[in-house]
Order: sequence, then structure tokens, then C-alpha cells
Amino acid sequence: MHTGGSPGTTTRTSEQYCTFWVAGLFFGVAVDEVQEVLRLQPMTPVPRADRAVTGLINLRGQIVTAVDLRVRLGLPDRSGDELPMNVIVRSRGEVVSLLVDDIGDVIDTAGVDLQPAPTTMPRGVQDVVRGVRPLPESILLVLDADRAVDVATTPDNPGGTP
Amino acid sequence: MDDDAEIIAEFLVESHENLDQLDRDLVELEREPGSRERLSSIFRTIHTIKGTSGFLALNRLEQLTHVGETLLSRLRDGEVVMTPPIAEGLLSMVDTVRALLDGIERTGRDTDPAIAVDPVVAVLEALLAADPVAEEPVVPPPAPEPAPEPASEPALEREPEPVPGPEPEEPGERRTVVDSSVRVDVDLLDDLVDLVGELVLTRNQLLQRSLGSADAELVRASQRLDLVASELQESIMKTRMQPIGQIWSKLPRVVRDLSHQLGREVELMMEGHETELDRSLLEAVKDPLTHLVRNSLDHGIEPPDVRRAAGKEPKGTLSLRAYHESGQVVVEIADDGKGIDPATIGAVAVDRGVVTRDQLARMEARDVLGLIFRPGFSTAAAVSNISGRGVGMDVVRTNIERIGGSVDVASEPGRGTTTRVRIPLTLAIIPALVVGEGGERYAIPQANLVELVRIEGDDLSRQVEDLAGAPVLRLRGRLLPLVSLAETLGGSSSGDEALTVVVLQSDDVRFGLCVSEVHDTQEIVVKPIGRQLKALSMYAGATIMGDGRVALILDVAGIAATVGVGATQQEPADRAAGGADDRTALLVLEVADGRRAALPLAAVARLEEFGRDRVERSGTAEVVQYRDGILPLVRLAAAIGLPDTSDQGDQISVVVHESGDATGAVGIVIDRVLDVVEVVVDASEVGRRTGVTGSAVVQDRVTDLVDLDAVVRRSGVPA
Repeated sequence: MHTGGSPGTTTRTSEQYCTFWVAGLFFGVAVDEVQEVLRLQPMTPVPRADRAVTGLINLRGQIVTAVDLRVRLGLPDRSGDELPMNVIVRSRGEVVSLLVDDIGDVIDTAGVDLQPAPTTMPRGVQDVVRGVRPLPESILLVLDADRAVDVATTPDNPGGTP
Repeated sequence: MDDDAEIIAEFLVESHENLDQLDRDLVELEREPGSRERLSSIFRTIHTIKGTSGFLALNRLEQLTHVGETLLSRLRDGEVVMTPPIAEGLLSMVDTVRALLDGIERTGRDTDPAIAVDPVVAVLEALLAADPVAEEPVVPPPAPEPAPEPASEPALEREPEPVPGPEPEEPGERRTVVDSSVRVDVDLLDDLVDLVGELVLTRNQLLQRSLGSADAELVRASQRLDLVASELQESIMKTRMQPIGQIWSKLPRVVRDLSHQLGREVELMMEGHETELDRSLLEAVKDPLTHLVRNSLDHGIEPPDVRRAAGKEPKGTLSLRAYHESGQVVVEIADDGKGIDPATIGAVAVDRGVVTRDQLARMEARDVLGLIFRPGFSTAAAVSNISGRGVGMDVVRTNIERIGGSVDVASEPGRGTTTRVRIPLTLAIIPALVVGEGGERYAIPQANLVELVRIEGDDLSRQVEDLAGAPVLRLRGRLLPLVSLAETLGGSSSGDEALTVVVLQSDDVRFGLCVSEVHDTQEIVVKPIGRQLKALSMYAGATIMGDGRVALILDVAGIAATVGVGATQQEPADRAAGGADDRTALLVLEVADGRRAALPLAAVARLEEFGRDRVERSGTAEVVQYRDGILPLVRLAAAIGLPDTSDQGDQISVVVHESGDATGAVGIVIDRVLDVVEVVVDASEVGRRTGVTGSAVVQDRVTDLVDLDAVVRRSGVPA
């Protein structure tokens, strides 16, 4: 049903977003791309995978790759005692988990236009953001789930952590 | 409109099935042109398509099938005799019908201008016009047609079913198939497989909890759940099994077309088309099998005059045989063509730089044939459009190995070539060895597993050596490169005083993988991993363990490539020869208090120990309950005429032997296992008696060579 998020799409029919925080930034993913939200799950690390790939989780029999958005966006690592949450998104026929700091509400942004992301944001963040919706109390960064889960994995990446 | 779409979808599914049958029928018909049964079957199929297409206003399809039907009705009524041009015409009609159906599937209409209907109609009309019956050409073809049709099949017009009730010819067989089966969406089956996997995991967790529970009702209920879940899993796996005949059905047509094109005369024989395997595998082996068949026609079977000159039947034979063997499906493609000359292969391989002249000189004839599977090798002297399309045998091998299968070729120059493809029964569930490293578990497909070796104490320094930083293990006189799993995974290996080596084999590469822990072997459900990890060739997928955690499945070929273990200079010849030369792996046993006997290791499925109290009797035979079944026991000592001393302890040692069809397992009771050796057996007739084929010196001791068939026969189980 949904358009699969071609980069050229600037407005979407759905204006409802599932929101979450990553390193103080307020993100949203269109609700029709989100399957569910889960607490931190037992995770199996994948040696030699990209650092953003935290591991694999068992989602009712399906194997789901968990991508840490902080690493993916080039933001500072989470401190040890903060437990991330899983936002399970559907992307190009696969199900992927995005690890985020905290979950917000589902919000309706009807009437607030999607604007291009400010070019002063870090590149890593700009790369995966479709645009921003300035809400009265906060600015929502609209995440492109397809790009966010696109982790370039090089087979020669030495080890899991630098 | 929606109703229409549904009817069209139904019509398409049915018509495609019918067309497959039609291909087979037409090829058969060419062989025995007089078969009215075939003709009627073909006529019915086309008639059904015509009727439905008229009903759905698919005019071009109707026009085409109408002419075809007219021709067929004359054939059926004996007014026209089957000739090669007519067969050609009918086959091209079938192709065009198929093309139109594909068009309808895409667009819902049959108006695609790219599909030329008129020329085919013209050909068929020309065939009708050439009709030898005098009065026919005078009357325009469509005119006489309506007469025979409503007369013979009045009920057919609006009936989309391929086999109408009143058809008297051969309704029995086909009706039962229709009546007793249901068409199910494949996605639904896949979902069921996932769900049942999930159920099994939940069951495992529940069972674990209920074990310590004092609630008897809960314990009973969970045991019932246990049974039901296991049976459910088995049944669901079965629903995915399909007969290999499904992918074979197209081959008669392929063979027919190719042999015409190449000027060969070929008899195609197929055996075992009911052999079942998982549908995902069926898809995966379709192309490789077709390629092998094409190869046999193109490079194997000679033109009739060449065959005659060589004193063979002008008509070549291509036989396909499928059967189950030790948990695998084997497909043999054999031709009686000119065979493969190792000298030619060798010369070409050197020429193309696949091997050096030096390497070639050291290879056995059998291994030289294996060179055709190497990348960069293609035997086609001139690239023909049949099999030399740059898709070589290496692609065939890669595709078959990707699904855990193997392929090998044997050939006798002048007599023919046999290619044997082995495929696992199911892709979804495979046996695997679970090992531990860095606190995580990893699964290694059993198909790659050769053996497990543990080296401790003094042996460690004696058998493991460091060759310029590359550790190697001396294993029975051969050097085995060692790879540390911990280091492969990016950690560092701990310098232990003991070493556990999993000896692995993939393609021509054999190496030892050093692991920290070996857990157990289990059946695992293979699940795909996301595209974020696709670039990591070390992993073949992932699976879910009994505790619900995910474990990665190691890809042995990928690991070899990652760490750079190649087929070393002497390795390919040496390795491949391991299965082919005179060396035999033997299981050496002790029976009758110190006497030695040996069994081929290949015949041993497992080694088990049973408590003596578990031995029960069934008639005169001793049996134990084993793996949800009954395992008949044979006392080896008694079977080979020695006093039986296997009952001395509380436990009995049993060698489980499985014959081809898994049902025929037999437990051979021995005193104990002494060793596994790989030796050149120099058998002597000395000691030959019932149950013993002779003896040989193994490890400096005279050892009886057990005649397994005779021993198994004693158990009353057919060998």
C-alpha cells in the first residue's frame, strides 16, 4: 500500500508519526511503517558486522537485525545504564529494529508542513531524515526508515568495536 | 469486474497446469501417433481453454484454440494422421497459448500485440487445408467443427474443470487427484512453518518449567502439548514436500526440442518422479537439472550416424533417476553418449589456466573430470546456443552447493556419462553441530562436518605445528590448516592446554576450526538474516535455539574464503582422492573378548550405548526402543560365528546402521569401539565365513572384515 518512501516524496498521505528520542533529538517514523515497539530484547551479537548492528533478536520466530540509531547517526554512545527500546519498522520487505533511547506518543501533524532539514545538522543525521515538521512544542525530525536501516557492511571491518 | 478477475485467475492457474500435461501428451503422441487416449486428453484441454476463453471474451485466445481444436478433433476422429509438421504446429500453438495466458496474467487481456497469433493460426489452417480427406478443403474449416464437439462433450462449454464428469475415457485417476487435494497458497504454508517453529520453542520453554512442577495436571498437559507439537511440526514440513516430477514434467519437451534442433535421436527415461523434496529446494534445483540435461544432449549423446559408426544404437538414451538415500535426495542424469575424455579435459584445463601442467600430472583420472566444475572451465569447443552460454558447470555446482547439495560426475569414454546430484530433503531444517565461542553459540551445518578432534597434553605440541604463523595439525599423516573461530570472529583465541578441532570440508577445501566448546548436534530451522549482514560471507543465516535466543549459522565456504584457506597445491588432488582412491575409512571394533572386526565407516549412522535393561524381545529378536521407533539388535559376535561377550557390563555398545530408506535401521551389538582408521584395505580370503568377507591387517592386527549385508539379514530387516 505505502509508497516505499522514494527519496523524492516530500509529502505523505499519512501525517501520523510514531515518535522517539535519540540523544535528545525528537524523531518520528510514519505509523504505517512501524510494526510495533518493544522493550530491550535478548540480543545475539554479530561479530564483524558494522558497528551500528547491535545484534539479532528473536521476534516471535523471525530473526530481526537491531540497528542502534545513535551509532547509525554518528551520535555519541548511550551510557551503560540506559536501556534502549526497539522500534520495529518494516523496510523493503524486511523487518528491522531501530534501537532508540525512549519512546514518545503517536502524534498527528496534520496542518504542519514538511520542511527540508536544516543543512547545518550533522551529515549523519541529514542523510536519514526526510525533512522536519516544526510542531509548537518541539521540532519533529521525520526519519526515512529505509535509509536508516541501510547499514553499509564491509566484510573486512575489523571486529565489532573499534 | 472483481468477479471476472477472480474467474480469470482461476482460469489461469488451471490452464497452466493443463498446458504442462499437454506438453507431455504431445511428445508422447508423437511417439505413438495412434493413441486415441492421448488425443482425447489433448482435445479436452484445448477445448476447455477455448470454452472458457469464449466465455471471458478473450477473443484471440479463442480464435487460436478454435483452430487448434478443429485440427485435434480431426486427429481424434482419425480423419488426419499425426505427422511431424502437425506435431510442430500443435506445439507452437501450445507455446502461443502459454504466451497469451502470461499476457492475460499481466494485463487481464489477451490483446498484447507482441504475441503473434495470426501466423500460428495460418500454419494450423494450412495443415487443415492439406487434409487428405477430399471434401474438407471445400468447406471452410470452422464449419464442420461444431458438429463433433457438442456431440461428444455437451457438458463442457461452461465448465472450467479440466475433467468433466461424463467423460468416460480415463476419469478415474485424474479425478481422485482433484477430489483429494486442496490448492493452498504457498505463503500460507510458509507462515505455518514459522508459526509451528514458534510453537515448538514455546513448548520447549513450557516443558522446562513444568519439569520441576508439582502440579501433575500441568505436567500431563505439557507432555500432551509436547507430542502434539512434534507431530504438528512433522506434518507441516510434509505439506511443503513435492514430488520431483513437478520439475521433470517440462523435460520431455526440452529434450524433444533440443534433439530435433541438434539432430539427435534421444530416448528419455525417467524413474522415481514421485520422490519428494521441499518445494524451496525443488525451485532451486530446477535450473541446474535442466542445464545438466542440456549438457548431456549437447556434449554427451552423439548424432545417429556417429553412434552407428561406433556400433551403438542410433537412438541415444538419457535417463533420469531420483531416489532417497540416507536422508538425501539423489538425482542421477545418465547418458550413453561419448563420455568425457580425461585427456581432453586435462588439456583444456591447462590451456585455460585452471590448473598447471604439474598439478594435472599428479591428479587421478577421476579428479580430472572434476575440473569441469572449476570456474573458468567450459568444454564447449565452439559456444553453441544450447549449453555453452557462459553458464558453465561451475554455476551448476555453485547453485547446488548453495542449497547444501553436492554434484559429482563419472564417465567412461565412449560409453557415457553419469552426473549425480545430491540434495538435502529439506532446506528449512538441517542437522547442525552447535559450538560455543565467546559466550555465544554458533551452528555448523552437519553437511560440512567431517569429524571432531580433541588434542590434549603432549599431543598438542607433537601434532600441532606452526608453519610461518600458520598453525597446522598433523592428522593421520596429512597436514590440516587450522583456523581459530575466536580470531575469525574478531576476538583472540585463548592459549589453552587442549584444542578442540572441528574438521570441516567445503568444495576442495578442508580445514580445522578450533572452537572453545562443542555443545551438541541438533536439528535447526534455518532463517534468513537481514540485508545489513548479507555482505558477511561467514554466516549462512541464523536459527533460534531451544531457549529462544538467536544463534548464527556459520558458512563454511565463507569462512574459508574470509580467512584465506584455499585449496592448497597438493590439496585438491589429495582431498578429492580421499573419497575415490583405495583408502577406506573403517570402524574397528572389539568383539568376543579381544577379537577385532571392522565395518566400513560409511555404513555407520551412529554409535549408541543402551542399558542392558532396555533390551526387550519381539518374537525371537532382541530390540530396543529408539528414537520413537523400534531398533532390532544383532549380536555381531554371534553373527560372525564367535562367542558372544557383549553383555558383560551394564551397558551394551551398539553401532546403528541405516539402510537407504531410514526405516531399515539395525543396531549391531559389539563389545566396544576401538578406533576409526583410514587405510588401504588389502583384503585376504582368510577367515571367510558367514558374516565375514575375509580379513585384513589393520593397525598391525588381523581384523575380520564384516559382511554387513549378511549381518543385517540376520536381524530380519531387509538389507
